[in-house]
Amino acid sequence: MAKIEFRNVTKSFDKTTIIENMNLTIEDGSFTVLVGPSGCGKTTLLRMIAGIGPATSGQVLMDGKDITDLEPGKRDVAMVFQNYAIYPTMTVRGNIEFGLKNRGVPKEERTRRILDVARSVGMVEYLDRKPSTLSGGQRQRIALARAMVKQPKVFLMDEPLSNLDAKLRVSMRTELIEMHRQLKTTFVYVTHDQVEAMSMADRIVLMDKGRIQQQASPETLYRDPENVFAAQFVGTPPMNILLMRNGKRLGFRPESVQLASEPSEDPFCRAGEIVTREMLGSETLYKLRMGTDTIMIKSGDDSYRMGDKLFALVPASKLFFFNEDGQRIRPGSGADMNALIRTVRGENLD
Amino acid sequence: MIKLTPSHAPRLGNGRLNWKEMASSYAMVLPAIAFLCVFTLYPMIDLFHMSFYRGNANNPFKSFEGLDNYKWILFTQPDFLVSLKNTAYYTLAVVVLLISLALIFAVWMQKDRRINRIAQSVFFTPHLVATLSCAFIWQWLYNSESYGLLNSVLDIFGLGPVRFLDSSATAMNCVVAMNVWKGIGYYALIILSALKSIPNEIYEAARLDNSSTLKTFFRITLPMLSPQLFFLLITITIGSFKVFDSIRIMTNGGPGTSTQVVTMFIYNYAFVRNNTLGVASAAGVLLMIILMLITLVYFRALERKVHYQ
Repeated sequence: MAKIEFRNVTKSFDKTTIIENMNLTIEDGSFTVLVGPSGCGKTTLLRMIAGIGPATSGQVLMDGKDITDLEPGKRDVAMVFQNYAIYPTMTVRGNIEFGLKNRGVPKEERTRRILDVARSVGMVEYLDRKPSTLSGGQRQRIALARAMVKQPKVFLMDEPLSNLDAKLRVSMRTELIEMHRQLKTTFVYVTHDQVEAMSMADRIVLMDKGRIQQQASPETLYRDPENVFAAQFVGTPPMNILLMRNGKRLGFRPESVQLASEPSEDPFCRAGEIVTREMLGSETLYKLRMGTDTIMIKSGDDSYRMGDKLFALVPASKLFFFNEDGQRIRPGSGADMNALIRTVRGENLD
Repeated sequence: MIKLTPSHAPRLGNGRLNWKEMASSYAMVLPAIAFLCVFTLYPMIDLFHMSFYRGNANNPFKSFEGLDNYKWILFTQPDFLVSLKNTAYYTLAVVVLLISLALIFAVWMQKDRRINRIAQSVFFTPHLVATLSCAFIWQWLYNSESYGLLNSVLDIFGLGPVRFLDSSATAMNCVVAMNVWKGIGYYALIILSALKSIPNEIYEAARLDNSSTLKTFFRITLPMLSPQLFFLLITITIGSFKVFDSIRIMTNGGPGTSTQVVTMFIYNYAFVRNNTLGVASAAGVLLMIILMLITLVYFRALERKVHYQ
C-alpha cells in the first residue's frame, strides 16, 4: 500500500508541454481513476508513476520517498497495459514468473505464488500454454496475474478493458472492483470512458489539456461539478449548457427536466418542440428545440412523440451557473441566487 | 505452406470438386508449375543424368561411366574434398559473422536518430554494388604492392607489407571479410524491420519486471527475432555454399588450393577442362544433397526454438 504524490510535475515532449506544474495526491489504498479525453495527459501521469516516462521536472513521491529517478523495476509497482504487453515467446507461467525470477524470489515461493494468482484469475489449466493460443479476455487475465503475483504496493492500469468486447468489459469491471476490495492496495486506473470511471472509482481525477479539472468522488463529480468541462464530461447525455444574455452560462442535467403541456412557476420554463426521440427501455431521450437552443431530456415517460409542443421545466435547486470562463458560480447568499434566477426568468420571455 | 483443406476448396454438395473449378484451379497454377519444370526440375534431372556420363558441353553423353565420377571425386582426386572443406569454413565464418554483426548493427541502429538513418544508408550501399565491382575494390585494398590502401596505412606505422590475398593463411579470411562487409547492411535492415515490429510496451513491461538490458535482449528480443534469424541462417548458408564471383575475381581459388570452393571446382571441371562435365555434374549433385541435408538439420534442430507469432 502506498500514497503517491506529484509535486510541481512538468512533462514535455520536444517542444510540446503535456503537463505543467501539476500537484496531485493519490491516497493510500484508494481506487483512483484518471479520466479525460485522449491527449489530456492521463497516461503520461501513469507512466511517471511506473517510471517508464520520467517527468521533465518536479518530483514524484511514494510514501514520502522521492522515486522520480528510481528504476521502474525497483519501484514496487505493477502495470497492466492496454494491449496487455504479454511476452509472446513465453508460456503463461513464464510470463507470470519473469518478474519474480528477476527479483530473485526462490523457486518454491514462485511456484506457490504463481499457482495462487493463476487460481484467482481462473487460468490454472492454461499455465503451460503460449499466449498466442489464448483469447483476448484470457490474455487480459494473464496480464492481471502477472501484475498481482508481484504483490506490488500500487497497481497501475492503462485502459485495461478497452480491447475487450462490451459484455466481458462489464464483468471484468466488477472483478476489478472485487480485486481492489480484497487486496486493499492503491489502484491507479486510466480510462477515457466516464462510465468506467464513475462505476469503479472511489476517487476520480478528471483531466483536460494537461490540467486537473476536478478531483472528487463519483457522486460529488456528478452532483457538484466545478466547471462546464466536468459538468459535460460526466453523465449520458451530458449536462445541457445554455448561454445567457449576460454572457454567463446556465446548466441542468437532462434527467432534471420535467416535460409538461402547461407552463409552471419553475424558474426555467420554456416552450419547445420534440425533434428526436430515443426509447432506451426504462427511460426515453428527447431532443427539444427551443428557438435557436436545443436541449436533451431524459424522462421516464415515453408517451411523447416527435413534433409534440411542450414546456421544459427545471426547478431552482437543479440549476447550475457558470461564469464566462466556464467556472462554476456558487451563489454565496440568497440575493446572488435570486439575481441569477431572475436572469433565467428573463430569458424565458424570449 | 498453405494446404488446400476442404473449407478452402470450392466444393459441390457431395463434397467433390466440380470439373470446371478443377480446371480453372489448375490453369491458375500452371504458369508457376511450367516455370518450375523448365528452370528447376528439368535441369535437376538432367544434372543427375549427366553425372553418370563422360562428356563435354557439346556432347555431354559421350560414354556411360556409372558411379565412376562420384568415386573419382570422393576417393581418387582430393580436389573436391579440399574445396568442400574450404566452402564449409567460408560458410561457417560468413554465417556466424554476418548474423551476429548484422544483429549488433540492427540493435545499434534501432533508435530513430538522424545518425542512424545515415548509418543505414551507408551500410546498405555495398549491397547495391555488384559483387564483381566490390571484389575489384577489395582486391585493390588488399594489394600487397605499395599502392594497396591497407598496406599503405600499415606502412605509415612502419608495419607490413601484409600479403593479404597472396598468403594461403589469410586469403580465405580476406574474402570472408569482403562478403560480410557487402552483406551486412542488407541483413541488418531485415533484422531492423523485425526489431521495430516488437511493440514498445513489451520492453516497458520488462523494465517493470526488473529485467536487465542483457536479459531483456536474450529472453525477449532474440526469441521474437527468431523467425527472421532462422530465415537468414538458411538463406545465408545456402548463399555462402554457392559463393563464386568474389573468389573468382579476388583469388581465383589460390594461393594453391586455399580458397578453392565447390562452385569453382564445378566451374573448372565443367567449362575449363575437357571431357569432365560428368565430374562437374556429380559435384553439383553432391552440393545439392549437402544443402538439402543442412537445411533438414537446421529444421530438425532449431524449428522448435523458432517462435512464430
